[in-house]
Amino acid sequence: MLYRESGLFKTSYAADQVIFPIPQDRWGILAILAIAFVGVPLIMDDYWANAVFIPFLIYSLAALGLNILTGYCGQLSLGTGGFLAVGGYSSYKLMTSFPELDMLLVLGGAGATTALVGLLFGLPCLRIKGFYLVVATLAAQFFIIWLFYKVPWFYNYNATGQISVVPREALGFLVTTQRADPVVRYLFVLSIVVVFALAAKNMVRGRFGRMWMAIRDMDIAAELIGIRPYMMKLTAFAVSSFYIGVAGALIFAVWLGAAESGETYGIDESFLVLFMIIVGGLGSVLGSFLGAAFIVLMPIGLKNLLVDGFGMTAVLAKHIEITAFGVLIIFFLIVEPHGLARLWQIIKEKLRLWPYPH
Amino acid sequence: MKLRNWILAAAAAVVALPLAAGSARAYELTIPSMDYRTGPYAPNGIPFANGWTDYFTMLNERDGGINGVKIKMVPCETAYNTKKGVECYEKTKKAGSGALVYQPLSTGITYQLIPKASVDKIPIHSMGYGRTSAANGKVFKWVFNFPATYWSQASALVKYIGEKEGGMDKLKGKKIHLVYHNSAYGKEPIRTLEKLSEKHGFAFKALAVDHPGQEQKATWLKIRRDKPDWILLWGWGVMNQVAIKEAVSIRFPMDRFIGVWWSGSENDVKPSGMAAKGYLSGAFHQPGKNFQAHRDILKYLYDAGKAPHPDFKDRVGEVLYNRGLVAAMWNSEAIRNAMKIHGTKEITGAMMRDGLEALDVDEARLKELGLGGFTIPVKITCANHEGPGIVAVQQWDGKKWSIVSKFYEPDMAVIQPLIDEDSMKYAKENNITPRTC
Repeated sequence: MLYRESGLFKTSYAADQVIFPIPQDRWGILAILAIAFVGVPLIMDDYWANAVFIPFLIYSLAALGLNILTGYCGQLSLGTGGFLAVGGYSSYKLMTSFPELDMLLVLGGAGATTALVGLLFGLPCLRIKGFYLVVATLAAQFFIIWLFYKVPWFYNYNATGQISVVPREALGFLVTTQRADPVVRYLFVLSIVVVFALAAKNMVRGRFGRMWMAIRDMDIAAELIGIRPYMMKLTAFAVSSFYIGVAGALIFAVWLGAAESGETYGIDESFLVLFMIIVGGLGSVLGSFLGAAFIVLMPIGLKNLLVDGFGMTAVLAKHIEITAFGVLIIFFLIVEPHGLARLWQIIKEKLRLWPYPH
Repeated sequence: MKLRNWILAAAAAVVALPLAAGSARAYELTIPSMDYRTGPYAPNGIPFANGWTDYFTMLNERDGGINGVKIKMVPCETAYNTKKGVECYEKTKKAGSGALVYQPLSTGITYQLIPKASVDKIPIHSMGYGRTSAANGKVFKWVFNFPATYWSQASALVKYIGEKEGGMDKLKGKKIHLVYHNSAYGKEPIRTLEKLSEKHGFAFKALAVDHPGQEQKATWLKIRRDKPDWILLWGWGVMNQVAIKEAVSIRFPMDRFIGVWWSGSENDVKPSGMAAKGYLSGAFHQPGKNFQAHRDILKYLYDAGKAPHPDFKDRVGEVLYNRGLVAAMWNSEAIRNAMKIHGTKEITGAMMRDGLEALDVDEARLKELGLGGFTIPVKITCANHEGPGIVAVQQWDGKKWSIVSKFYEPDMAVIQPLIDEDSMKYAKENNITPRTC
C-alpha cells in the first residue's frame, strides 16, 4: 500500500533510467542523506566520530571497493589489506612531499597509485582463477606489507617505521590530525563515501557493471558475446583498488592519524573486509554498507551493552564479544546466505504485497 | 516477532547507554586503565594491569585515596590493538571526572595518542616504551617516557656486554644480533645499535619476527648459522617465550642472551623451566614482594577480599606486576604534585601534566612510600622527559629474577643527537615551535 510500483508509468527514457525508480526509495535515500548530513553532526563528538561513524564509513568504502571486484566481477581477492596500505602510505608520501596539496588531491593521488598497483597484481588474473587467484592476491598482501617495512623511503626514514599524519586541509577546512573538528572530519569522510557510492551504483548498472557481471556469471559465454575478459577483469581490479586506496588513505589520515603497515593494514583487514561483503551481500552496494555496519558496529555495541549495561568486567565482555560475534556471523549466514542485502530485498517484496499478502 | 522486539530493545539500549553514562557525580581522580587481558599479548598485559590497578586501589583502601580524594579506575580492553586502543581512548577520556593520564602500554597506541594528547590536554606516560624522542620535553610537552627510553637501554645493554667482554674496546669484531618484534616497538633500538656498532666496531644484525611471534624457526636457524656472540631480544607477549625456547633448543648460552625490560618476566622464562637459567634482561626496578607497599597491597586488598582480581594473589611481586606498580606510584606522586602546585584537590589533565613535569621521587620519598630501594630516583624537568635513563641488568636463576649488575649510564654522546634529530623532525612536520626551557 505504501510501497508499490503499480501506477508508476515511465513516459521517457530518462524516467526509465533513473537510479531509484520507486519514489519511496528516492525519498528514503534523501531522508537518510539528510539525517547523515544534518542530524548526525548534532550529536557528533570525538567518541562518535572516531569510534563509530568514521570507521563505519571508511570500511563501507573499502567493502564497496572489494564488492566491485569480488561481488560484481567474481574475482576473489585477499589482498585488501595490502591495497589499503598502498593507499595509506602513498597518501603519507604525497602529504609530506607536496605540503601545499589539497587533501582531496592527496586522496585522488593515493587512489590512483593504488589503482596502478592493483592493475599490476591483477595482471595474472586472466591465467588464474578462483582459489589460485586468492593465493596470488594473498601474495600481494604479504609482499606489500613486507615492502613497507623493508624500504625506509616509504616512511621517510623514521626511526620506527611508523607514519604519522601531518595537518592538511581540504577546500580550506582542516581535516587531518586531532586538531580538526570531529564534525568536519565526519562530513569530509561522509561526502567522499556518498560520492563514491553513487559512482559505484551508476557504474554497476551501466555498461561496465553489466560486463563485469557477465564475466562473473560465465566468462566463456561473456567472451563469446564479445566482452574482452582481460580488459574487464583489469578494469575491475583498477576501480576496486582505487576505492580501497582511498579508504586506506582515509584510515591513516583522517581516522587513526598514525599507522604501521603490518599492524594497521595486516592480513586481518583483508579478512575483515571480505567478511563484510559476505555478510552484507555479494554484488550489492547496499550490502557493502550493511556488512560494514555489522562488522564495525556490532563489537562496539556489544561491548557498550555488556560493560556499561550489565556491569561486566572488560575482559569477560571481550570474551563474550568474540564468541557472540562468531555466532552471529554463522547465524546470519544460515538464516540468509545471500547476506543482509538480501534480507532487505525480501522486506521490499513483502512491503509490495502488504497488507494483502495472499 | 518476539525476537525482533528483543533485538530492537537491545539496539535502543546500546544507543542510549553512552548518553546516560555522562551524568554528573562527585569529583574522583579518574585513571583509565588500557588493559589487555585477551589475545597473544595477554600473558604480559595481565600482570602489568593488575599492578597498575592494585596500587591505586590500595591507596583508596589504605589512605582513602590521594589527599582524601578517591581514585576511580576505568578499565578498557585494547587487546594490544591500535584500533581498539583509539576506541578505548575516546570512550574513557571523558569518563568520571575526566581522565588524568594515559598509560597505553603499547608503542603503537602511544603513537596514535601523542597528537591527541596536546589537543585533549591529557598527558601520556609511556613508561619506558613509546616514542623515544618524546624524551625531548621542549617538543613533546604532553608526553613523558621516564625513567628511561629504548635508546638509553640499548646503549646500557651494549655497555653491559662490553663490561663482560673485558672493556668496550674488546667489542671490536664481536657479533651482536637483535631479534625484534616487527613493529614500531621492536624497531626503536635499531638506529641506536647501528650507531653503536659503528662506534665500537661490533658487527650488528637485526632479525625481524612478525606479529604475534609464534613462528620463529627461520630466525633461529639464521642465528645457528651465524653464531653471534650476543643476542638482544626486543619481544613482547607470546614472542618472548618462543624466542627463549628456541634459544634453549639451539643451546645458545643463556647468559649471553639479553632481553629488553619487556622481555624479562616470569611468564617469559617459566615455559622453558630450568633451561632458561642465566637468561638476562634490562630492568629499572626490583622484582619480588619484600616491600612495605606489597605487604599493604596483600593486607588491604587480597586478605581483605577487596582485590579486583583475587586469584592473582600468588603472583604479586612478579616483574611485570611490579612494573605496573611502579608506574602507578610515579603517577600517584604526580597527582600529589599537581594538587600542591595548583592548590586544589580537583585536578584536571592539564594540571596532571604540570605534576608530572615537577616529578621528583628520590630515595627518601621512596622510603616514605614503603618502596625503599625499589627503583631508581626520578627527577623530571621541562626539557628532559626521560628522567635518569639508567638501566641495570637482571638475571633469571631458574626460580626468580634478581638484579645482577650496576645501573649503566647511557652513551648520551650517541643518543642525544638522535633524539634531537627525530624530535625536531616531528616538530617541523607538525608546525610545533619548541618551548624554551
